[in-house]
Amino acid sequence: MRPRLSTVAWHAGAIALLAIVLYPILWVLAATFKPTEDIIGSLQLLPTRVTTANYDRAMEGIAGISVSRFFWNSTVLAVLSVVGTVASSALAAYAFARLRFRGRGLMFALMIATLLLPFHVLIIPQYVVFQKLGLVDTYAPLLLGKFLATEAFFVFLMVQFMRNIPYELDESAKIDGAGHWAVFWNILLPLSRPAIITTAIFTFIWTWNDFFGPLIYLSSPEKYPLPLALQLFIDETAGSNFGALMAMSTLALVPVILFFLFFQRFLVEGVSTSGLKG
Amino acid sequence: MTTITSNRRTDAGSVRPAGPRKQARRSGDGLAGYLFLSPWLIGILLLTLGPMVTSLYLSFTDYDLFNSPQWVGLDNYQRMFDDARWLKSVRVTALYVALAVPIKLACALAVAVLLNNERRGRAFYRAAFYGPSLIGASVSLAIVWKAMFSDDAVVDRLLRTVGIHTGGWAGNPDFSLLMLVLLAAWQLGAPMVIFLAGLKQVPKELYEAAEVDGAGRWRRFRSITLPMISPVIFFNLLLETINSFQVFTSAYIVGGPNGQPAGTTLFYTIYLFDRGFGDYRMGYASAMAWMLLAGVGLVTLFLFRTARGWVYYSGDKR
Repeated sequence: MRPRLSTVAWHAGAIALLAIVLYPILWVLAATFKPTEDIIGSLQLLPTRVTTANYDRAMEGIAGISVSRFFWNSTVLAVLSVVGTVASSALAAYAFARLRFRGRGLMFALMIATLLLPFHVLIIPQYVVFQKLGLVDTYAPLLLGKFLATEAFFVFLMVQFMRNIPYELDESAKIDGAGHWAVFWNILLPLSRPAIITTAIFTFIWTWNDFFGPLIYLSSPEKYPLPLALQLFIDETAGSNFGALMAMSTLALVPVILFFLFFQRFLVEGVSTSGLKG
Repeated sequence: MTTITSNRRTDAGSVRPAGPRKQARRSGDGLAGYLFLSPWLIGILLLTLGPMVTSLYLSFTDYDLFNSPQWVGLDNYQRMFDDARWLKSVRVTALYVALAVPIKLACALAVAVLLNNERRGRAFYRAAFYGPSLIGASVSLAIVWKAMFSDDAVVDRLLRTVGIHTGGWAGNPDFSLLMLVLLAAWQLGAPMVIFLAGLKQVPKELYEAAEVDGAGRWRRFRSITLPMISPVIFFNLLLETINSFQVFTSAYIVGGPNGQPAGTTLFYTIYLFDRGFGDYRMGYASAMAWMLLAGVGLVTLFLFRTARGWVYYSGDKR
């Protein structure tokens, strides 16, 4: 059967729109293989003179620190954030979804309220405290909150998920003598896998992209994650080496793009069920 | 199988189901509940509620991080209204929210309506349009955006071919904010995915009935789609508005701590950062943070008020 005309028109429309939306990504990819003087001042998308000089310069690093160091810093921060967020959010979610205790309703409401709280109200006193404790210029201020379930979105996501897991499963385990920890560890946690994966990927990507936290807390360049390193690179070259800057920006996006390609289903589902900001 | 289980149940039925449940109701899971919740409890006390109280206190003081806070009463709040840069940052942020939110949501809704059908390839398009949402707020993308909109770069060249001469938007005070609005619109994917989930819930029979009655495409959109998805529109509107007030990274990369060019990208959060962490005026910055909270709160309240007029909850929605 031949496709109907309306279907062809629909695909044409969708692809045209998609081309506009994805153009910046194509543009920067092409730009990284052009000599700096060809990036600005030309409408041509594909490079006429292909060069890898931009990537070579990017790999040289910034201020005597290698790019792999910045990648390592970003990875350490992101991986620890994922571990902390998943663990602390799952524990809190189990309590909210399954346990009965005094003040639960009030605390749940409080948790929801923090969803809408602009974090700017908290950063100054938090900074003051970390500064007094001598923890500025360490990763502690950036990670502590992750281990204390401060990202309410994920607690909420997991609560919603756990509420839909049938109660009969915990009941029968309890009849067999399982305690709360066993029910949590052996039943709820394995069954919450999709919510855990969504939480883990979003935490990874948000931490990877985070600029504000590292900007206020970190001062030694050798501790910088990639977003701060990029900013350092702009300052150092006064924005003159466009090609290398584009190459470095692209490299910094690679892990996020890989995560997107492999887990896009979890990401899109996560957004449509909980309204994660993405 | 069924008979065996039901038999077993009747055997124990008289004692068991009532047993644990009654006990749970009496004592609850008190200790276990607080234990599981302990990381969150410590977090909310030490990293949320504690800092909120402290920041409210600091907002009534002069504090530079090194000398102890000096009580100044309402001075910080009063000074804001005489502070030209503060007023500028309020105007920039308000203008940005007023432009970015409707434009982004309109684009998101348009794409969602386009993709809302049973055709093959729908899932692919949905994922592809969603992609930019994940990287839109990163430093990398802000750098790319600024490059695309700089003098003689791709956007400038493209506009010149149709006879519009703006120069680079990044350095032009008339266009720098619009460039950031476009960056927000580019991240239409997240609200689009939420719109799509809402559109899927609209009963098909409504459209069929309207078509029988001779309603055109636009009429069906106006009279069926919009009211039916109004709760989703409201949700997106609320979320995007609150998020737009807090834009930081892209504005900082484009305009730096002074909101270049000419203060046109001096967002509220940028100015707050500059006062707090640039000149260590922690008291003033705390007061600014509370004004932001009040502002966001008022806008949220206003949205909820107007929602009564246009958000429609059909009977079967929980």
